[in-house]
Amino acid sequence: MTPIKKPKLAVWKFASCDGCQLSLLDCEDELLAVTQVIEIANFPEASRAIAGGPYDVSLVEGSITTPHDAERIHKIRRISKLLVAIGACATAGGIQALRNFTDVKNYVNYVYANPGFIETLKKSTPISDHITVDFELRGCPINKYHLVELVNALLNGRKPNIPTYSVCMECKRKGNVCVMVASGSPCLGPVTQAGCGAICPSYNRGCYSCFGPKETPNTGSLAGWFSEQMKLSNPDIVRTFRGFNAFAEPFRKESEAYEK
Amino acid sequence: MKSRTVKVDYLARIEGEGRLYVKIEDDKVTDVKFGIFEPPRFFEAFLRGRKFTEAPDITARICGICPIAYQMSSSYAMEQACGVKVTGPLRDLRRLIYCGEYIESHALHIYLLHAPDFLGYEDAIRLAADYPDVVKEALRLKKIGNDIMVLIGGREIHPINTRVGGFYKAPTKKELNKLVEPLKWALEASLKTVKFTSTLNFPDFERDYEFVSLRHPDEYPITEGRLVSNKGIDIEISQFLDYFEEEHVHHSTSLRGVVKGRSDYLAGPMSRYNNNFDKLPAIAQEAAKEAGLPKICKNPFKSIIVRAVELVFACHEALRLIENYEMPDKPFIEVNPRDGVGHGCTEAPRGILYHRYKIDKDGIIKDARIIPPTAQNQRAMEEDLRGFVEKNINLPTDKLTWQCEQAVRNYDPCISCSCHFLKLQIDRK
Repeated sequence: MTPIKKPKLAVWKFASCDGCQLSLLDCEDELLAVTQVIEIANFPEASRAIAGGPYDVSLVEGSITTPHDAERIHKIRRISKLLVAIGACATAGGIQALRNFTDVKNYVNYVYANPGFIETLKKSTPISDHITVDFELRGCPINKYHLVELVNALLNGRKPNIPTYSVCMECKRKGNVCVMVASGSPCLGPVTQAGCGAICPSYNRGCYSCFGPKETPNTGSLAGWFSEQMKLSNPDIVRTFRGFNAFAEPFRKESEAYEK
Repeated sequence: MKSRTVKVDYLARIEGEGRLYVKIEDDKVTDVKFGIFEPPRFFEAFLRGRKFTEAPDITARICGICPIAYQMSSSYAMEQACGVKVTGPLRDLRRLIYCGEYIESHALHIYLLHAPDFLGYEDAIRLAADYPDVVKEALRLKKIGNDIMVLIGGREIHPINTRVGGFYKAPTKKELNKLVEPLKWALEASLKTVKFTSTLNFPDFERDYEFVSLRHPDEYPITEGRLVSNKGIDIEISQFLDYFEEEHVHHSTSLRGVVKGRSDYLAGPMSRYNNNFDKLPAIAQEAAKEAGLPKICKNPFKSIIVRAVELVFACHEALRLIENYEMPDKPFIEVNPRDGVGHGCTEAPRGILYHRYKIDKDGIIKDARIIPPTAQNQRAMEEDLRGFVEKNINLPTDKLTWQCEQAVRNYDPCISCSCHFLKLQIDRK
């Protein structure tokens, strides 16, 4: 019998904080076991040894923000059998997508003394705006157990078991008291995809939506509550929806509705 | 003219993307550029118009490796702007969660990112094949750091429980006590780490650095203190911009720090250690002595031992803080905004992280300035490379290249922080 070849995994980085790929190294209990069954073929944050493509799985972190990166992502797609976008930057454009609501020139001039040296795109966009993505792991950062589940599912040829319902479901299951009802803290839990374990409400604060919009989110109703019941000002509502998933469509539309 | 070219397109085992270029002509180093090509993300620009209370959560996203540093520097800056001082158990909790970040970050860097260079391995996974127990213990140590972050902060990357004024929820003494046994093990493992790192082979290289760090009268500095250097700086953190400045050069999207009127300086574990050896607990001082680490260390390759000594400190300090902890009545101090400017500077695992904000009476951020440690160290890294290559010009190209990479990894650079893409290229003519 010929031994089964280990699937090759590659990790790629675009505009991001490195936190999502660090999640792989944060799987302290699982890391060595994972490396027994997959070959970490291209993961510069962890190794200087780079094995060439094609790769069975590519994990892509970060958003597309430069002309160079907009080309690079196509090359990566071509050498990847499966491509998974990981984290809010890769799935929604990340916090750096706040530039999408203004003219990025103002940003360049503000931060850099010699703006001429800086090459950047007008918008920060998710990977799926540029290429076909096979799966997305949400989160800012992703949940490291989702990553283990994803690898496991891919190895076994099944669909990853990742929830698409709201944070409220997780929060109720934990037996938390609702922070919006009990303490009047604005909470994006009702419109946010589960995955973090409802940590913010568990620590007495409202969810700020690391995991982005859930399936069919009723953002209009929630924003109405913020406005009418909780007396949040329009600029506050705009800021609430403009977090780490600001450019995800339902949140973008809602924030724009309150900007007028 | 003698000509040789050495090229590495992606320097690994660092956080981020950068490029290194060394030009050698007739065995003389004629140009060194450490370039950072991390796409700019414009944090300082989009922070304007946000609420002062949002800065800790937003700036944490600059770096997934040291989010606590960002949360702390920004919180301190906002509190200073609003005239509030966080003291007592809330201050201790901040120090404790910061110890968690030190343990996690230093264990990661020592064993998974830096040690493979010294032992001739491409990475820690290959290292694990020959030394499974070393890597397993390293991961366990790293996890204990993360466990502190998870317990106090809610999760290890981008914790959600810290805020301007303190925390959303304070842990109970009983909850913290769960960390005591693991931390006792971690302290022993850290002492072993000091011994282990001291047995490595170090390239013979020293430089006359300006060591810049915080210094506090009563403690080894993490969150508070004055800014000092071995070349005469002794200032309030609010004077940071009077003494340090940033240059913007063509080959980098990160701004590079220099001491005004002088030159490069060094931030990070070696500076903290050299400026504050007397403030380390006896157990860490002893460990350093036994390892043969001098009180003033000038060999950047030995920063791996210094990190190990700081691991001892962080575990010891975490145990002390937990022992003395009494749960506060309220998890935060009320912070009301006012028109003003605030400065925050804390010691990220890889060096001082400076934040400055101007806010208005409604707490809206008007102006933001963030100077991360890797940007500050960029010039020092270039100077190290220049000096190191000059001294080792006769090494074979592949060996020289690997050692140049190692020289960059001495800094535990976090290029996401300073902006990221590390490409190494040595051009020999």
